[in-house]
Amino acid sequence: MTTISWRDWLLSDTPDSRWQARLGRFYLGWLTFARNPLGMLGLAILIVLVLCALFAPWIAPHNPISGELGDRLLPPSGEFWLGTDQQGRDIFSRIIYGARTTLFIIGLVAVTAAPIGLLIGTTAGFLGGWVESVLMRLTDAFLAFPKLILALAFAAALGPGLENAVLAIALTAWPPYARIARAETLAVRNSDYLAAARMTGAGPLRLLIGHIMPMCIPSLIVRVSLDMAGIILIAAGLGFLGLGVAPPQPEWGAMVSEGREQILDQWWVCTYPGIAICIVSLGFNLIGDSLRDVLDPRGS
Amino acid sequence: MIEIQDLSVIFGEAGQRVVAVDGVSLRVLPGESFGLVGESGSGKSTILRAVAGLIDHWGGSIRIDGHPVGRKRSRDFYRLVQMVFQDPFGSLHPKHTVDRILSEPLIIHGLDDAEARVRAALDQVQLGPSFRFRYPHQLSGGQRQRVAIARALILSPRLILLDEPTSALDVSIQAEILNLLDDIRRDLGVTYLLVSHDLGVVAHMCDRLAVMRQGALVEVASQGDLAAGALREPYSQQLMLASKGYDRAVVNSFTDT
Repeated sequence: MTTISWRDWLLSDTPDSRWQARLGRFYLGWLTFARNPLGMLGLAILIVLVLCALFAPWIAPHNPISGELGDRLLPPSGEFWLGTDQQGRDIFSRIIYGARTTLFIIGLVAVTAAPIGLLIGTTAGFLGGWVESVLMRLTDAFLAFPKLILALAFAAALGPGLENAVLAIALTAWPPYARIARAETLAVRNSDYLAAARMTGAGPLRLLIGHIMPMCIPSLIVRVSLDMAGIILIAAGLGFLGLGVAPPQPEWGAMVSEGREQILDQWWVCTYPGIAICIVSLGFNLIGDSLRDVLDPRGS
Repeated sequence: MIEIQDLSVIFGEAGQRVVAVDGVSLRVLPGESFGLVGESGSGKSTILRAVAGLIDHWGGSIRIDGHPVGRKRSRDFYRLVQMVFQDPFGSLHPKHTVDRILSEPLIIHGLDDAEARVRAALDQVQLGPSFRFRYPHQLSGGQRQRVAIARALILSPRLILLDEPTSALDVSIQAEILNLLDDIRRDLGVTYLLVSHDLGVVAHMCDRLAVMRQGALVEVASQGDLAAGALREPYSQQLMLASKGYDRAVVNSFTDT
């Protein structure tokens, strides 16, 4: 092991273990991803977002929750880098803390909506018949509403709050994933390798989880990462309309909303959180685009 | 080993029904290698898939090893019958390593000592242990087909269904795979039901063969008949002549009956 480099070990044509094979495959994907500079830019944005969220108390120079009323609506300066809002709170600190909220929302939506969509889509595609009709008509019913309107309705029904906002967004985000998963399932349902798996005596659950889902996951990951930007925008929209995070907590959409009365005289109050939303959305779009090159099954 | 009585398979809805297999009866003896030949669309692969349980709307009766089989096959059925598919690029899951492809049947059937069995199966198809953790995309067509054969062997079946096992491979690899299949049958005494459009392959591999056309059986002959050119039906003779390569005189003598 010491005589050969890590690179050779990872790219070996004759791996010695399951883990080496898996890691080698992962490394190849990473090499493809790293070749795309825009994807790397997106990844850098995501890393900065995560670092901001993790180390918010050390990065933020001021208290994000309460400020001095004497410091109301100050323009950007050496003391307050991005200015202060109408309650005298440092906008830069609030944006840094807001990264936590944003990450929390997109993370939770991704781990709830994507598996729900995957399960519904693959089950519908695999079983066919009336199960498929019921599940896909349900999906169509959800798709018929504009996402934000539906999320608004759910958030209004569930009441304001971060968890309810996440729940509302997740409830509206799964239908496209179900559609994609079903389409991928239909493409592999009659493949020889699935017939071969049937010939080994595999039950439907094993076929679904072990053989069909792995074929659906790549396109789902791409779609989820492209949707992240939209999820951030919906979360911001809910915050803007007062259905997101409870007020003193910093949330980018709510911050834009709070600044809209001063948009002409104190432009920094809503501009900087808006720029933060914009950059992070862009970052996820770039990552998604680049992931598509890596994961698209038709590419390899 | 296999007794098929009056098997028929019909695809499609009323109005545009396609009769893929029309009342075929045949017997395959234990330890025998039986070939099904015919042109594309003659229903030979459909028979194989009906025997394998991959098609569930057939009529007639199929008995395997003396027991009638139904539409749904039990897990034990697959200990007895396995299949090798035509296209090795489509029959191996692209996201599973060779190791997973070979160990999954063992896990499903609760067989112990998976480690040794996987090694033995790879050995049997003359692939070294270095192939064990590769993904299908790291293998050539011939190597993939060897993995597919190893997967069919790993449950120690007594009947193996071969669906054109070499037609997707390079000519140079075809002979290797056919010889491998021959060796396996000699060593293990398994029964083969082989489908091919290539009379050469069938002549090499099979003790007896059946010629099929448009879903029906034309004739059953032995390897000796084929070698001596003593096929009775005109269609079988045309097929035999056609397999010897392109010849204008031969082609002109063909009749569309």
